[in-house]
Amino acid sequence: MSAPLVIEKDRSLVTRLSTVFARNPVLGPGLTLLVAVIVFSAATTTFFSADNFSLIIQQSLVIGTLALGQTLIILTAGIDLANAAIMVFGTLLITKLATGGWPSAGALVAGMLATMLVGLLSGALVTRLRLPPFIVTLGMLAVMTAVANIYSEGTSWPVPDGLLQVMGTTRYLFGQIPVTFGMLFAVVLYLVVGIVLTRTAWGRHVYAVGNDAEAARLTGIRVGRVLVSVYALAGLIYGCAAWMALGRTPSADPNAYQTGNLDAITAVVIGGTSLFGGRGGVAGTAIGALIVAVLRSGLTQMGIDSNYQNLATGALVIAAVAVDQATRRRAR
Amino acid sequence: MKQFSRPGLAVVAAAASLSIALTGCTESRTVESAPVGADGGPVKIGLVTKTETNPYFVKLREEATAAAEANGNELIALSGKFDGDNDGQIAAVENLVQQGVSGILITPSNATGILDAIEKAEAAGIVVIALDTETDPADVVSATYATDNTEAGRLLGAYIKARLGDTQPQILTMDLDPSASVGVQRRTGFLEGMGVPEDSPDILGSAITQGDQTKAQQGAENLLQRVGEQVNVVYNINEPAARGSYQALKDRNLTDRVLVGAIDGSCEGVQDVADGEFAATVMQFPKEMAVQGVAAVETYAATGEKPSGFIDTGAMLITDDPVDGMESQDTAWGAENCWG
Repeated sequence: MSAPLVIEKDRSLVTRLSTVFARNPVLGPGLTLLVAVIVFSAATTTFFSADNFSLIIQQSLVIGTLALGQTLIILTAGIDLANAAIMVFGTLLITKLATGGWPSAGALVAGMLATMLVGLLSGALVTRLRLPPFIVTLGMLAVMTAVANIYSEGTSWPVPDGLLQVMGTTRYLFGQIPVTFGMLFAVVLYLVVGIVLTRTAWGRHVYAVGNDAEAARLTGIRVGRVLVSVYALAGLIYGCAAWMALGRTPSADPNAYQTGNLDAITAVVIGGTSLFGGRGGVAGTAIGALIVAVLRSGLTQMGIDSNYQNLATGALVIAAVAVDQATRRRAR
Repeated sequence: MKQFSRPGLAVVAAAASLSIALTGCTESRTVESAPVGADGGPVKIGLVTKTETNPYFVKLREEATAAAEANGNELIALSGKFDGDNDGQIAAVENLVQQGVSGILITPSNATGILDAIEKAEAAGIVVIALDTETDPADVVSATYATDNTEAGRLLGAYIKARLGDTQPQILTMDLDPSASVGVQRRTGFLEGMGVPEDSPDILGSAITQGDQTKAQQGAENLLQRVGEQVNVVYNINEPAARGSYQALKDRNLTDRVLVGAIDGSCEGVQDVADGEFAATVMQFPKEMAVQGVAAVETYAATGEKPSGFIDTGAMLITDDPVDGMESQDTAWGAENCWG
């Protein structure tokens, strides 16, 4: 008659395990990434190399940076469908100013200010008019796509050499490992945003607003201000993504990154940040962006059709949200 | 009741989706006993198209795969997600370099966006060849195998002009978009063939269609609203655009007095010509681009010799109403040689 005891033990193991996972939201995505890397390294001769890992990081930089801004917004239980369109507008503005005689640094600052202002506008519409973020940013997506096309007259422009393309510059670590300035920039951005989120009052407010905006308001948090600042900061980060995009693709093209918004949301969700707000963080997003790039690279090198790559990515998104929901139920 | 922990599920689900992917359709990797590669194995040839699903690129991929496999070599086909996905094309080129291909055939989405990636591939000793669309500058790649789009447009223009005879042309143009060189070249060629200058009042109006049937139909509807009864020529950048503008003409009962012309040469377009909907179409030969491109990479792998310059893969006027002094083929020939 010891069976019930065993069940009891099992249950406590499960409970303990799920507590570990719930306390370390990065654990699930981290293990997924590890498993994927091991599988691809075993399955192909070309995957496991410093060169290839460097490439995978380069391939995930632009979406990963968009996803960083997207994470902030999703933490507040919002969503941004316009991020890639805002970034593309940024690439066009920076390029046009720089080719029109502005100093490169000035063009970059102007471009980042512009994307920040667009973010600010989204945030203001969400808070002042009390519109759902989905609707505001859906509208903003159409507006920014149109603005980019009008501004560029539908043409793409080559990006001048120098500071504008610097994010694509490669240096070799230990003479072996290719590292681009874009990677370093992304690491710095992630660290700064991560520290601000976890170590400052503003960061705690972001989580509080995402958990329960009404409760946050009752504790004296100025919810509207927090939201506007989040959207503005996200806009600034999209400007940084624009700089990285210029280094990676030396052409400012109004047709580029049409799926960037959903790609960024995918990275955030796979990284374990909850679409319902208040749970998750930037470390998970970095891992999420890497998981998507690792899948694409590894499956490509195994000769697997891209339809199956999309299928695998889609399954991961659903799995990640299912896990999030289950963890929430346990937490209640 | 033993159960997985939920987060454990994530890993299981991830592993499951991976294994689904792993057991999925892999490209057929033919390895026959025809060692041509530098290391004695089969030559690996990469192909990067603009999108995966456009029938034109599907044809390009099928023909390139067949051409490579005929010699026991291997074709790895990748693509961007949409027309304009420069980032996706760059990632594809990088992946092919990782896989140690001897050559890369690419249809660039953007004439300048992928130059860096191409230069890196060239630096790694890989021959890069553009198919269908030129890069800018064109000499970043070793060679370009493509339709001479200006000539294709000129053929269509000259044919329509001959069909009109003494009638003054009243033209609508269904264009691609201002950014695409293909669109500019075809339009320029067409007007040249018609003998109509760019600023002529005989051009009643133009619409940006992006080669899309729905956009072309809307554009033509709006233009016909303005200039309806005078039109007698509609030039179209491609066959989907032509289908859209034909629908707009049909809704206004104008099809009898208007000559609809297109450029593409897809099987559906040839059928449209056979059905009397289009006066003519100009056929391109993606098969030639694929076959010649693959052969060039195989030659490079064997001898180190690179192709160079612009290689015109030809254009053919397809119509069932031929005019004197112009070479053309009928729709029966078209149906045998079409793509898509």
